[in-house]
Amino acid sequence: MQVSMNINGEPVTADIEARKLLVHFIREDAGLRGTHWGCDTSNCGTCTVWVDGEAVKSCTVLAAQADGHEVRTVEGLEGADGLDPVQQGFIECHGLQCGFCTPGMLMTARWFLDRNPSPTKDEIREAISGQICRCTGYKNIVDAIHWAAEHPRTNEVTA
Amino acid sequence: MKPQSFDYFRAASVEEAISLLVQEGEDSKVLAGGQSLLPMMNFRLARPTALIDVAHIDALRGISMTPSDIRIGSMTRHLELENSTVSGPMGSLLRQSAGRVGHLPIRTRGTIGGSLAHSDPSSEWCMLATLMDAEVSIEGPRGLRKVAAHDFFVTYFTTAMEFDELLIAVEFPQLPGNYRVAVQEFARRAGDFAIVGIMTAFSVDDGVIADPRIAVGGVADRVLRLSEAESALVGKEPTEENFSKAATIAMGEVNPAGDLHGPPEFRRDLVKALTRRALAGASA
Ligand SMILES: Cc1cc2nc3c(=O)[nH]c(=O)nc-3n(C[C@H](O)[C@H](O)[C@H](O)COP(=O)(O)OP(=O)(O)OC[C@H]3O[C@@H](n4cnc5c(N)ncnc54)[C@H](O)[C@@H]3O)c2cc1C
Ligand code: FES
Ligand code: FES
Repeated sequence: MQVSMNINGEPVTADIEARKLLVHFIREDAGLRGTHWGCDTSNCGTCTVWVDGEAVKSCTVLAAQADGHEVRTVEGLEGADGLDPVQQGFIECHGLQCGFCTPGMLMTARWFLDRNPSPTKDEIREAISGQICRCTGYKNIVDAIHWAAEHPRTNEVTA
Repeated sequence: MKPQSFDYFRAASVEEAISLLVQEGEDSKVLAGGQSLLPMMNFRLARPTALIDVAHIDALRGISMTPSDIRIGSMTRHLELENSTVSGPMGSLLRQSAGRVGHLPIRTRGTIGGSLAHSDPSSEWCMLATLMDAEVSIEGPRGLRKVAAHDFFVTYFTTAMEFDELLIAVEFPQLPGNYRVAVQEFARRAGDFAIVGIMTAFSVDDGVIADPRIAVGGVADRVLRLSEAESALVGKEPTEENFSKAATIAMGEVNPAGDLHGPPEFRRDLVKALTRRALAGASA
């Protein structure tokens, strides 16, 4: 079936099988490999992207369900004036080791901060409870998101 | 893994969804938020031959209110309910229930109707529907019917719906301001299904308890009401002592199986502790 969606503002159209997951559409058809794929079951969170401005796990969304919708991936996080503060925060606070979980962490964090601009560290932990990291022990990730909250972004990323 | 091949249809209306279900037959499935169905398909535990996507049907979304009821369209997402502004004790129960379903990026997609149709015995929406004996509206080729929660949930992952029927909406009664409500759960990690969950609602009139309700999830093939503990509270004062007594009775009413989370006694202890906490902590 033919599926079209906007990914990071660019139209992407492809002829795919109905069973293709959005994460595979993003990686294989749009060629955007920043979004990772871990568990297939909505558990690990590394595949998190935005659909119509809402953070979703793209391994449990069919590409067909996203037909006609707006998708934003980690490649679309950087604004005209440089890295998004959550990206900068991960650099400042050493928020990653292997980096496998990072795209999902970044997409969930930005989405969360847009709704709760000055969260407590406990609220940050609850917000990323659907994201699994096997390396860091989470402390630096929480610090990185907290850093981003203290450095609001100046440019708008639109869904 | 990837799901087995299937045909995908996006229904624009309830009528179209029902005729697609009839056309595609028993091996087809309704697709809502996909947060239970797609993980099962990715593992090939479910192998439908056709999916009828109903998430784009506007008539199935949203919350509407009458003086006596709160009606929620089946495709209303968990996050919309978590952020809803419905007033009174029922509004509080809706928000507390929604906020405990999975993780944030699951609550953006998953729906109340999908949860009810999935009929997991520890699901928050199944607990709330059982607690309030909510009415579920179902439509199929034979027309529209309303089923009360105690007849709707049959057993694990099984409801009173036929394959060609669509869950349209669920209706909860409004609760007056003299009701106290609470949700208590135990899970190993934030966002996991509760190992045991308790919901309660009761009114306090002239210093005594009326209409006490206690629902428990995670101890049987569907959510149960704890009728003996409920009866023990009728006409009693809302004191710690009476709540503790009811919690002890509650523990004796359940007969859970052991599993990887722990032996049956572990769940029974949880029923007692969570029931006591729910009753004592209940507020408008
Ligand atoms: C990691 C993880 C943690 C979770 N934790 C919890 C939790 O703590 N508590 C909880 O309650 N849930 C939890 N869930 C499940 C989640 O709540 C799902 O959103 C919900 O169970 C199903 O809703 P859905 O809209 O995604 O339905 P889908 O997955 O699309 O559908 C589920 C089932 O219902 C049927 N169906 C859906 N809509 C209709 C309809 N309108 N008419 C007829 N049949 C229909 C489908 O055919 C399918 O069989 C979790 C899920 C994951 C992946
Ligand atoms: S790959 Fe999507 S949640 Fe793990
Ligand atoms: S940095 Fe390796 S999984 Fe998080």
